[in-house]
Amino acid sequence: MAKQVKLNVGIEDNLEEITLEIPESTPRPWDGQADLKYVSKRVPRVDGEAKTTGRAKYTFDIQLPGMLYGKFLRSQYPAAVIRKIDTSKAENYPGVKAIIPVQEKLPMIVRFAGQEILAVAAETRHQAEEAVKLIDVTYDVRKFVVNKEAAMEKSAPIVFDTNVEEKSAENKPGEESGSIEQKSNIRGPRVTPRDGTPDKVDAALAGSDATVEATFRTQVQTHSPMETHGVVAHWTAEDKLKCYASTQGVFHVRDELANTFSLPKSNVQVITKFMGGGFGAKLSMSIAGFMAAKLARKANRPVRLMLDRKEEHLCVGNRPDSVQTLRIGAKKDGKLTGIKLISYGTAGVGTGAGTSGPARNIYQYDEFYAEESDIFTNAGPGAAFRAPGHPQGAFALEQAIDELAHKLNIDPLEFRLLNTKHNDVRQVQLKIAAEKSNWKKRNPRPGADSGPIKRGIGIANSVWYYFYGQNFQVSTRVFSDGSVQVTNGVQDIGTGITTVIASVAAEELGLKPSDIVVSIGDSEYGFGPSSGGSVTTGGISPAVRDSAYLAKMRMFEIAAPLLETTPENLVAADGKIFLKTDPAKNLSWNDVAKKIPGDNFITIGERKQDYFQPKIRTIHGVHVIEVAVDTETGVVKPERVFAVHDCGRSMNLLTTESQINGGIIQGLSYALYEDRLLDRNTGIMVNPNFEYYKIAGSMDIPEIKSVILNVSYGHNSTGAIGIGEPATVATAGALANAIYNAIGVRLRELPMTPDKVLRALEMRKGAES
Amino acid sequence: MKKFEYGMAKNLAGAFEFLKESEAKIKAGGIDLLDLMKEGLESPTRLVNIRTVPELSFIKKDEKGNLHIGATTTLAEIAAHSEIQTRYRALAQAAKAVATPQIRNVATVGGNLCQRPRCWYFRSADFNCLRNGGDHCLADEGENKYHAIFGNQDGCVVVHPSGTAVALMALDAKLVIARKKESREIHIADFWVTPEDDVTRENILKHDEILTEIILPATEKSTTSYYFKQKEKQSFDWPIADVAVVLEMNGKKCTASKIVLGSAAPVPWRIEKAEQVLKDKQISVTLARQAAAAAMVDANPLSQNAYKVPVFSAVIYRTICWAAGIDPFAA
Repeated sequence: MAKQVKLNVGIEDNLEEITLEIPESTPRPWDGQADLKYVSKRVPRVDGEAKTTGRAKYTFDIQLPGMLYGKFLRSQYPAAVIRKIDTSKAENYPGVKAIIPVQEKLPMIVRFAGQEILAVAAETRHQAEEAVKLIDVTYDVRKFVVNKEAAMEKSAPIVFDTNVEEKSAENKPGEESGSIEQKSNIRGPRVTPRDGTPDKVDAALAGSDATVEATFRTQVQTHSPMETHGVVAHWTAEDKLKCYASTQGVFHVRDELANTFSLPKSNVQVITKFMGGGFGAKLSMSIAGFMAAKLARKANRPVRLMLDRKEEHLCVGNRPDSVQTLRIGAKKDGKLTGIKLISYGTAGVGTGAGTSGPARNIYQYDEFYAEESDIFTNAGPGAAFRAPGHPQGAFALEQAIDELAHKLNIDPLEFRLLNTKHNDVRQVQLKIAAEKSNWKKRNPRPGADSGPIKRGIGIANSVWYYFYGQNFQVSTRVFSDGSVQVTNGVQDIGTGITTVIASVAAEELGLKPSDIVVSIGDSEYGFGPSSGGSVTTGGISPAVRDSAYLAKMRMFEIAAPLLETTPENLVAADGKIFLKTDPAKNLSWNDVAKKIPGDNFITIGERKQDYFQPKIRTIHGVHVIEVAVDTETGVVKPERVFAVHDCGRSMNLLTTESQINGGIIQGLSYALYEDRLLDRNTGIMVNPNFEYYKIAGSMDIPEIKSVILNVSYGHNSTGAIGIGEPATVATAGALANAIYNAIGVRLRELPMTPDKVLRALEMRKGAES
Repeated sequence: MKKFEYGMAKNLAGAFEFLKESEAKIKAGGIDLLDLMKEGLESPTRLVNIRTVPELSFIKKDEKGNLHIGATTTLAEIAAHSEIQTRYRALAQAAKAVATPQIRNVATVGGNLCQRPRCWYFRSADFNCLRNGGDHCLADEGENKYHAIFGNQDGCVVVHPSGTAVALMALDAKLVIARKKESREIHIADFWVTPEDDVTRENILKHDEILTEIILPATEKSTTSYYFKQKEKQSFDWPIADVAVVLEMNGKKCTASKIVLGSAAPVPWRIEKAEQVLKDKQISVTLARQAAAAAMVDANPLSQNAYKVPVFSAVIYRTICWAAGIDPFAA
């Protein structure tokens, strides 16, 4: 059964009416005129108190009776063949209960310093650490290469002598799979068939009135979540595995464990009640999960295997680096003609160094062509990292766009408006940025400030894509005492989905968010999404609302005879169920609940395909950054960030704002400080810590002001779209453009540390004299 | 980490008693030592805690006007001390600039002076650094962005990490080193050991000795000082350059000065060439810049740290100006 609804959809108050057919069992979608009490408002995190008081138990906090501590032995060489492993001394070390090699048969090939060789489980962490030191490994040390330019040379040591396939757990939207050529350490170039050809883009560029060609370099960034990777594995029966995991995907990890140990899905439970950040690196189980479960089975005891900070830097993912050569051109009137991108980068022993997303998907152009290659090096593997490829790509593209605008003597913001006319949301965002940020107060001439400390303002665009996933099942259970529990397996990776679920259910049921008990983070509950690709909120919130809607309908059926009416005449608000036409005729939620037959009832909402595909399939953002650059010390200090973002309908302005703040902070940290440094002579990371792997601290964070645009499409019952990834894409590019505005010199390499600022200033001085 | 005994000394005599064990180590705040122990670079069989010795924590003035600071006085206590803030401003600023509030509340000034270098090769068990018994310096031809631009030709290119050392050098401090019942007073400049003299140590303290006290000479009203630490980040970070400047003023004229650099060389690095530029001159931004240029004449950067030369130049001229009470950015 279907019903027709009329909706007012659009950007903010600029709405148009549409008619939509939706299933009878679903509520009328929230549209641009929806008057809501909790959703799209500032609702504090329902688990905030548990987190700030330490009551919240993260994987790191799990302690089970009889639990052992696991520890990896890792290779100290970046390239070697292991011929022999002698564990006899370690086996006899006090407390040691199990030792399991990662690879059963030798020889084993080592491809990066830090690669796991075996794992030990012992009674105490200290015993496990000491036992690992007693293991003798006979290495046949090979030549290695950690520098990607060196890796591209013919004489370079070969990292893989077989073809490497893309890892499936990585979330890299917009890329088409297919076999990609691999020659020695170069995998690629990958060309996207729907793009144009090199000839066409060259012709378009040749016909331009102005072109910019430049090469940009970005560094390797590690995910550095507060909570490291790890699990506590517990075999509760011979064929039943329970696993507490710090993961972004309880169902995915459940599947991996079930496959590895040939168990039915029903016999594997993965639990993530609280999670201390992942940023893409925790989408799969990781070798820690697999080894912890093996150790636990062998020792017949629960095993905790959490990585330390050094291991976290070395082995479980990073944002690949890049070298991007961009050629872009435009006509005198500012219209972009073509964009050509040749990009390569290294994800170490992993894949996924592509950067073309922003160049392909932000602007209108006549022609586009990109070649992207992965270079294998003897370094820890890359992994999906908050908008894979995009901060790198935007750093290059947005500087090139800026440079082209300057060449054509067009205001960089105006230039962006001119070339995004196809995208109404972006047009609105750029106009807001022009009006509400300090954009108009920037230096008309770059580097115009007197004195050694110069200020500037820069702008950049962000892009990401709307994904959501399907078939997630959310249940709402109403008990006869009126209490309500909403359940789904989805994990809260720190972004606030728990609060969103409570708010959406409360909104629908006419209750308060604090009235809703949210049970999540368990693969034994209804199917939920992995938190990657910014899918969680858009994936789960419609199912939450739909299930709550069905629960409300059940409550109306119970209430209707008591209020001498029919269910369609009832509404629920403020803890009451009452007649639409006569609010005085009401019953409290709890009084209606008392009449529930038996103890409770459950309704299920299912995430189906959206009612239609929204016209605009990208999500956007604009960052305007103000900076002070000390031209004598090269130190860059961001002073203010103004951000405009959209994510369909924000489910909670507070947590959306948190996501934007977090994205900007991570973006600034990437732009200015973070850099995984491998020693050129040994291939070993020199800064696997937080002293010399520098991350922005509280004093480094400027004032951040964000505008969250409400964009209603009416494509599902809530209209939510994710924000995690787009929030970090524009930052580094906007900061680089701000630095240019401040000092009149472009920094084409990340991180923009004092040495690079001073070198760029020096080179300009040299060029002038 | 290896197993160890832990003793809490009640007084200095007790501390020396505990120290008899040849593999014993003194622990004050523990900030530096525990990191080294966790990495397996130090494995004492016994730790002697001297933070429990009341007679080592004090700030007091003697009848001659000298200021005495006990070795386990915390950096937070020094930073907050009003007399240090006014008469020995550079020291208060240096103490305040260390790490984070949490660390300053625990870290002691003695420990700050005696901490070991922060070189990433030295600090990691993954590398066989010269200072840890290896056969050559790994930073010299390796990753040396944060390493020395002075005094770096004797095999090891670490930089001295203590900001309070830099301030105390400029302030002409003396150190008291105790050994059982004896004690001796040395000038802080004689405390440091260069890589040329012994690459395995950074100061002259012997195993059975304890740094107990710092003595700051009485100052005239005409003495002014300033310390500045330049970091890449604003939050917790090791400096890329730090400088302490002490000026003796006669009216507007500078009669004498001390300029000492940290994070520049394996030991705190005094720059007499720069001091000479200031002598008997009226301080101005121009003069300060001349002094800074003179300070960098002998700099010898490595493959990745040439940028530190202009950074030091900037920090030196600015700090001279701040010490003299003039605005370095005045047009």
